Amino acid sequence: MMDSTNQHTVRAYGDELNQITADVARMGGLAEAQIADAIESVSRRDAELAQQVIARDARLDELQREIERKAIRLIALRQPVATDLRRTVAAMKIATDLERTGDLARSVAKRGLSLSDLEPLAPLTRSIERMGKLVAKRMKAVLDAYVTSEIAGALDVWSHDDDVDEHYNALFRELLTYMMADPRTITSCAHLLFMAKNLERIGDHATNIAEMIHYEITGDELDTARPRQGADDTPVSEKEPS
Amino acid sequence: MDAPVIDTRPIVAAGPKAPAHGIKVRTRDVSVFYGDKQALSDVSLDMADRAVTALIGPSGCGKSTFLRCLNRMNDTIQGARVEGVIELDGEDVNARAVDPVALRARVGMVFQRPNPFPKSIFENVAYGPRIHGLTTSKSELQDVVEQALRRAGLWDEVADRLDQSGSSLSGGQQQRLVIARAIAVDPEVILMDEPCSALDPIATARIEELIDELRQQYCIVIVTHSMAQAARVSQQTAFFHMGQIVEIGRTDELFTNPKEQRTLDYITGRFG
Repeated sequence: MMDSTNQHTVRAYGDELNQITADVARMGGLAEAQIADAIESVSRRDAELAQQVIARDARLDELQREIERKAIRLIALRQPVATDLRRTVAAMKIATDLERTGDLARSVAKRGLSLSDLEPLAPLTRSIERMGKLVAKRMKAVLDAYVTSEIAGALDVWSHDDDVDEHYNALFRELLTYMMADPRTITSCAHLLFMAKNLERIGDHATNIAEMIHYEITGDELDTARPRQGADDTPVSEKEPS
Repeated sequence: MDAPVIDTRPIVAAGPKAPAHGIKVRTRDVSVFYGDKQALSDVSLDMADRAVTALIGPSGCGKSTFLRCLNRMNDTIQGARVEGVIELDGEDVNARAVDPVALRARVGMVFQRPNPFPKSIFENVAYGPRIHGLTTSKSELQDVVEQALRRAGLWDEVADRLDQSGSSLSGGQQQRLVIARAIAVDPEVILMDEPCSALDPIATARIEELIDELRQQYCIVIVTHSMAQAARVSQQTAFFHMGQIVEIGRTDELFTNPKEQRTLDYITGRFG
């Protein structure tokens, strides 16, 4: 593995690069908290917490723009190459994934707000909570891998993408069962279904981040053909019976 | 130190669909000594035809010494001794039968500072074809001069003042004049030793554009201190350090994902 810990001759250059990486790490911490709080606002039916999550999303958007500005400035003024270039590009792309993650967490919180006015569906909420925790764990693991530049951690997240999909498929079937059994639950179930989709997308962003970490460290793209059952993301239960 | 693995994949000559060309200049285990001092150790490098090979590395790393071996310019330095194999189209350039003057017509050279002869623009370009007896009539010579100046992108600027002194031109024009002089003798290889280091960014861009055009016809080897320039103009890059080649690679790969730590430290501006 190449060692890029040697200092730049122009020290300010190295400082600027480190600053961008630190900003991404900070943004990652914030995104993690947003996921966790969004899930919690749903499971506790806590409207106030949901409002906080919605309000805090603007901070993630601002951080993303800041990272992008710094990266563009660095590219223009320092013309980074090799590891420095990969680090800069990875920071920009990861910041975009984190910003999207924030949007999805906000969306979960918004639906949580709507749900808090409706009749609770405890077992389903617990399923969402379980899926949320799994997704949050993946995001945390991949961000830890980013901060420590540990490729094994990133690969672990990357290769376990199926777990989230399985959760999503199971939840989808569970929701269908409820809706068919009692049409009065359809409104709640639709909200929960969108939540599950949002969480599944957050899982995809964690996978993207794992790919960027791999590229940043090795310079090689991960093979895009991840080991998974189906090529599309249609839940198994939505498919026509054969 | 381990000898770097020579990348034998074909160099893409011009754009993704252009055909790859063969090896024009091939060196194996080239070492150069100035008296007791060894300036170059066991350099093996293949330079493709119709492609630009850039040699980069810190001052004193041997890249200019290596470049000067390719047309036997080191013969002119007292006490210089060259070992190893240097082949142009498979022929040993250091063989006794090879006339260095004829060799230098096939392997032209452009230096850091433009060095026009103290003669007219026309004579600067006509000199080579005349001494090598490449033309038989005055009108033929005029054609050769015009063609060389056109290919060097200078014709439109000097067509109405060919009898003026070459040194009356701007630095960038002078550099294009000496490139015209080099290509007037119809060489196969053009060596460039920091051709843009004395030029402003606009003159530099014109030379780089010219290099890109000349690449369609020639094997070009360029020594440059500007890594950005190496990245812009070349298809293959060799990184020299302390008289040895550390890494040879496709330019895009070497600048995004170098394989050697010393290459990484050098191109990213770190102290190794």
